[in-house]
Amino acid sequence: MTVAITSPHLKENAAEALKDAQLQEALAKVGPGFIGKRRAAADKMPEFEALRDSARDIKTHTLAHLDLYLEQFEEKVRAAGGHVHFAVDAADARAIITDICKRLGARTVTKGKSMISEEIGLNDHLEAQGILPVETDLGEYLIQIRHETPSHIIAPAIHLNKRQVEADFRRVHTDLPADRDLTEPTALLAEARGELRQKFLMADVGITGANFLIAETGTSVLVTNEGNGDLTQTLPKAHIVLASLEKLVPTLEDATQLLRVLARSATGQDMSVYTSFSTGPRRADDPDGPGEYHVVLLDNGRSAMLQGDLREMLRCIRCGACMNHCPVYHAIGGHAYGWVYPGPMGAVLTPSLIGVEKGANLPNASTFCGRCEEVCPVRIPLPKLMRHWREKEFERHLTPAPQRYGLKVWGFLATRGWLYRPATRLAMKALALLGGTRGRFSSLPLAGGWTRYRDFPAPEGDTFQAQWRARKASNRSTAA
Amino acid sequence: MTSSSAPSSSPSHRPPRVGLFCTCLVDTIRPSVGFAAAKLLAEAGCEVDVPRQTCCGQPAFNSGDRATARVFAEQTIAAFESFDYVVAPSGSCAGMMKAHYPELFAGEPDAMIRAERFCAKVFELVSFLVDVLGVTRVCARYDGVVTYHDSCSGLRELKVRDQPRALLASVEGLTLNEMADADTCCGFGGTFCVKYPAISDAIVGKKASNIAASGADTLVAGDLGCLMNMAGKLQREGQDIAVRHVAEVLAGMGDQPAIGVARKG
Ligand code: SF4
Repeated sequence: MTVAITSPHLKENAAEALKDAQLQEALAKVGPGFIGKRRAAADKMPEFEALRDSARDIKTHTLAHLDLYLEQFEEKVRAAGGHVHFAVDAADARAIITDICKRLGARTVTKGKSMISEEIGLNDHLEAQGILPVETDLGEYLIQIRHETPSHIIAPAIHLNKRQVEADFRRVHTDLPADRDLTEPTALLAEARGELRQKFLMADVGITGANFLIAETGTSVLVTNEGNGDLTQTLPKAHIVLASLEKLVPTLEDATQLLRVLARSATGQDMSVYTSFSTGPRRADDPDGPGEYHVVLLDNGRSAMLQGDLREMLRCIRCGACMNHCPVYHAIGGHAYGWVYPGPMGAVLTPSLIGVEKGANLPNASTFCGRCEEVCPVRIPLPKLMRHWREKEFERHLTPAPQRYGLKVWGFLATRGWLYRPATRLAMKALALLGGTRGRFSSLPLAGGWTRYRDFPAPEGDTFQAQWRARKASNRSTAA
Repeated sequence: MTSSSAPSSSPSHRPPRVGLFCTCLVDTIRPSVGFAAAKLLAEAGCEVDVPRQTCCGQPAFNSGDRATARVFAEQTIAAFESFDYVVAPSGSCAGMMKAHYPELFAGEPDAMIRAERFCAKVFELVSFLVDVLGVTRVCARYDGVVTYHDSCSGLRELKVRDQPRALLASVEGLTLNEMADADTCCGFGGTFCVKYPAISDAIVGKKASNIAASGADTLVAGDLGCLMNMAGKLQREGQDIAVRHVAEVLAGMGDQPAIGVARKG
């Protein structure tokens, strides 16, 4: 489904999310689930930190020579009998894909999980062309039948609970007996498998994303836990890989290095259950495989990022660890971020893709606690990059007026110590008098954002600096 | 207070001269933290002074106003660079000065070198006591069950984690009870808590339940911003938990009113 941009309304979205009891119940499990598993996986592996350095270096090197590796990749894909298509933007990518589907007379398209497909709004577009897209990743399938968007980059339906899934299955799978037992999660899984099996056999084209594209061999690499990617890419007439430019890595060895940090950072697994390497279409002596193999390489603003201050963001391998560890994500979930990519990685990436005018809320809605950077397998300095957006916003006078003026007044005073120190002394003494008997305020003018939810402590009295100087003076006079 | 080794990088004949960066919040809201810090430093053998100062500039820096942040950085460097060390009772302000000042002078080689020389001297209070001065225990008493919150900048930018716990363990009468997720953000985030108050509230709400569930009667941390946030939430929820800066407890000043509590009489 095409994602309508609601990032400018992050506050309203967040307010809704905080009121939503079902969502809060689902979100409460995100932290404890993912954080502990990643920790355990990292602790088991003494070289984990060194591997992260090497993962960062591989990506940095690739980005520095991206043009070369893209060329090499294209050449190798061609040599294996496949096709590479460069798409400048979302519309371009959609057109390339529909052209292939139409040429093959495709009616049904199966899809592996792909965030790029969300980024370009592929499903809606295919439907409008009379082609039925069927998501085969269980989470993606769930949100597709609910007409929702993913709320997490690796666990798209993490905002849903079992009861909601059961209700959706009863609503959509009307050909199945109404009195079937769906109380166990395994029953839900079996039912989804049954439904999807028919679709796999019907599909004319299979579209998947890619975790890595290997330049030396022209291979696309896909990791899944359900095996749906394999069926999507081998059964139909054509396999289309949809991926963004920064998925390139130079060698097979580099891809395996990155795989070692990917699953551990994402879910705490040593490896995902399935890791599939696809190179070209079916060869004459292959038992199965697609007749055609296409790679659609999406730019959509990435080559511009490559030149600028946000280059480091292109190292991202989409593991989701940053959102799994983010207190803001834990509080409001993914949909509140208002576009495709949530959490810290979304807060950096989204403004580059939809513009800082629309996306500025995202990098602002961070406490800068730094936990995302602490766990990012490719060591992206996410807070620094969010601050970069705040600077762009400030430079372009997009910062909301009350905040900008507040900052100006404070900055004016506080950079003039001779004015600031007496002013704060007066203010603190007054506040201390006002709040002294109770020790705190439950409402304060100009501090409504604070006191709406919390008390504010009354100052002790005179400022520290004034008291220090007074004590020093009296010590000197007693000494004299 | 006992030190295992003499302070290293100052000439051996004189005590190290420490400039106390008191932080805006301590200066205005809770001066006793400044006095506690000065006491701890003096007891560890430092000569402490408090030069005229305002703010480290972090609010401007994190709001995207680099130019103003740079003015603060220049003023702070000028005020403090004659000291052997610059110590702040806050991981957040110390982190700003230590980790971010040089980048404010990008493209100005001389100013950058000056900033780098300055940031080499900057420390957060408790890690300074332990890591630089070699302090292993304090002479203080606090009768209570304490839980310690790891403030984010101190923990992640300056690796302050074991040092406060080690010194707290040496306080007589004090029991340390760890809360769940002690290293998770409290939701303060500087201007974040007033820009996105509802999200901040949800985060500090979880923190408050973890604090209450620890069974502690006192919460301590190393940053006044976080402490005010958590104290304000605990008090709004009617929790009877005293909130104090770690320096107050370590300096034996734990008998004064807790944050947000009125003085008696
Ligand atoms: S930014 Fe880092 S932690 Fe977040 S998804 Fe990308 S690689 Fe993973």
